[in-house]
Amino acid sequence: MSAIATQLSPAAALPKWLAPLLLIAFAYVVIPLIGNSYLFEAILLPFLALSLAGVGLNILTGYAGQVSLGSAAFMAAGAFAAYNFNLRIEGLPLVASIILSGLVAAAIGIVFGLPSLRLKGFYLAVSTLAAQFFVQWALTKFSWFSNNSASGVIDAPKLSIAGFEFDGAVGRYLFALTVVVVLTFLAHRLVTSQTGRNFIAIRDNDTAARIIGIPVLKTKLLAFAISSFIIGVAGVIWAFAYLRTVEPAGFDLDRSFQILFIIIIGGLASIRGAFLGAALIVVFPLVLSRLGGFLLGDLFDSGVLDMSQRIVLGALIILFLILEPDGLVALWDRVRRRLTLAWQSS
Amino acid sequence: MPISNHAFGTIEASVYAPEIFAQGLPAAQRQAHGDRPRQLAAEDAAPLLALEGIGLSFGGVVALADVDLSVRPGEIRAIIGPNGAGKSSLINVISGVYRADRGHVRLYGARYAQVPTQRLAHLGVARTFQNLALFKGLSVLDNVASGLAYRTRSNFAGQILGVGRTRREQQEQRGRADQVLEFLHLTDVRDRLAGTLPYGLQKRAELARALVAEPRLLLLDEPMAGMTAGEKSEMAAYVRAARDRFATTVVLIEHDVGVVMGLSDRIAVLDYGRKIADGTPDEVRNDQRVIDAYLGVASDNEEGAGI
Repeated sequence: MSAIATQLSPAAALPKWLAPLLLIAFAYVVIPLIGNSYLFEAILLPFLALSLAGVGLNILTGYAGQVSLGSAAFMAAGAFAAYNFNLRIEGLPLVASIILSGLVAAAIGIVFGLPSLRLKGFYLAVSTLAAQFFVQWALTKFSWFSNNSASGVIDAPKLSIAGFEFDGAVGRYLFALTVVVVLTFLAHRLVTSQTGRNFIAIRDNDTAARIIGIPVLKTKLLAFAISSFIIGVAGVIWAFAYLRTVEPAGFDLDRSFQILFIIIIGGLASIRGAFLGAALIVVFPLVLSRLGGFLLGDLFDSGVLDMSQRIVLGALIILFLILEPDGLVALWDRVRRRLTLAWQSS
Repeated sequence: MPISNHAFGTIEASVYAPEIFAQGLPAAQRQAHGDRPRQLAAEDAAPLLALEGIGLSFGGVVALADVDLSVRPGEIRAIIGPNGAGKSSLINVISGVYRADRGHVRLYGARYAQVPTQRLAHLGVARTFQNLALFKGLSVLDNVASGLAYRTRSNFAGQILGVGRTRREQQEQRGRADQVLEFLHLTDVRDRLAGTLPYGLQKRAELARALVAEPRLLLLDEPMAGMTAGEKSEMAAYVRAARDRFATTVVLIEHDVGVVMGLSDRIAVLDYGRKIADGTPDEVRNDQRVIDAYLGVASDNEEGAGI
């Protein structure tokens, strides 16, 4: 960070990294002071996990242009791998089991990314469904993965790093936040690097990319691996920090679609987009239920809520695809530009 | 021929290439540049590229039939022909996008049944596409720099952490890209997304991406398609200047016979997948078969009776 700051003139450097830094500082210092456990448990923890999954999928779909419907499978792979590493290897530090579980998810991602060498677009999306169904089936079928628990549901272990316990809602929030910040920073570095530009080149025109000598096959598989790594770690956060349980049913096709919607609504090929999209997806049902309860009273029961959520979300996605294909990020940038202009002219 | 002021400046520049373009050129290039006239003079020089008996068909449609073509080092070699004559198929065979059914491609003396596309850049071959093939989501600078991506040695981990050769590599690639952008007068748009440029500039940016690797052989698939007359002569000037500066051999496909006549050293004419003429612009211009292919054979019914 400091190296970047010294290179640029202060005026040019200020907006670039200051805003994220202030946001991170706010998230670390202010939110733990003012937040209640509802905020952490119901909003921030799922938001962080889904944001990270969105960042992961955006690398694959937004940047490298490979559509995937298997995100939840990679989350499940990460979560179950972390659980088993933690369970079966005595004294393995939590950080190590998280990294190892990410690597397991990456390996599975490479295997299910192999069809991308021949398939594109819609056909590839359908073939990634195989990952979704296979992983869920394997985790249900072989009870070894869930340590032979009768219900298939297992409790996540305590979160502790170097003797420091991340207890309670705030502790788990800080743990998730740290993982998300680190991985998001690395993802940002990746997409602005030569490799990230190769991803975009393959997305925009893979024949031209091949002709100018970008190793297309290797780069596609790399995109699957890195994306699955990040999504796998997001699965660990989802299971260990948010739900505190690990079960295959939580990582179904709906979850995959949810993550895809996050990046479509938030903005493809944008790291910020994943966070904006996740915020909308997490906050929106809560707002809807409050609003519905307020307007309709007892009529608005959980059945109606569930149905109206799907309807409104569906309408929202269609609206975004038509009116703002570049997602919330584009909307955000436009509003900010207008405000800056208005502020300058006043 | 209408020439815009801008284009005129470039033509002049290319005429006086040694003085003007020598600034900021690496020594190796200057050397290569000095050698070029001698290469050109050697009429019998071994061909850089040779097609031998190329045949290609899609289903029952014959795209190319028994086409021979030789390209000498340093020349601008045009391939012309009416629509559907097989021009683009020929470029796609040379660049390995298609595999010829018969015949083979000889590149620097090595013989290929199918040129390995993935190794094309390493072999010193670059190409542009008939329909724009820029990476729309990247800036013009990044598009051009991507023409050097095949030389990247650092891996993704090194790039994320910014260690090792990453930084130097990126600086070098961008520096070279900037040089080419300046050469093609694209510096003003270097930071714009390629997809937002007007058509003519996109064509030029694609040329820049192909040139940045300083290819020995440059394949241009209709570089002037869809351009106005002014833009065409401008592009022709850039192609000639590029040949002069980078000492590259150019094979170009073009629809517009007029531009090609002034630009090329030798011209091959295709019609219905066969080569019907091959020679200097003057020879081709006066070839009866070429005239027939382009203008159509005069019908006996000159009076138009019965139409």
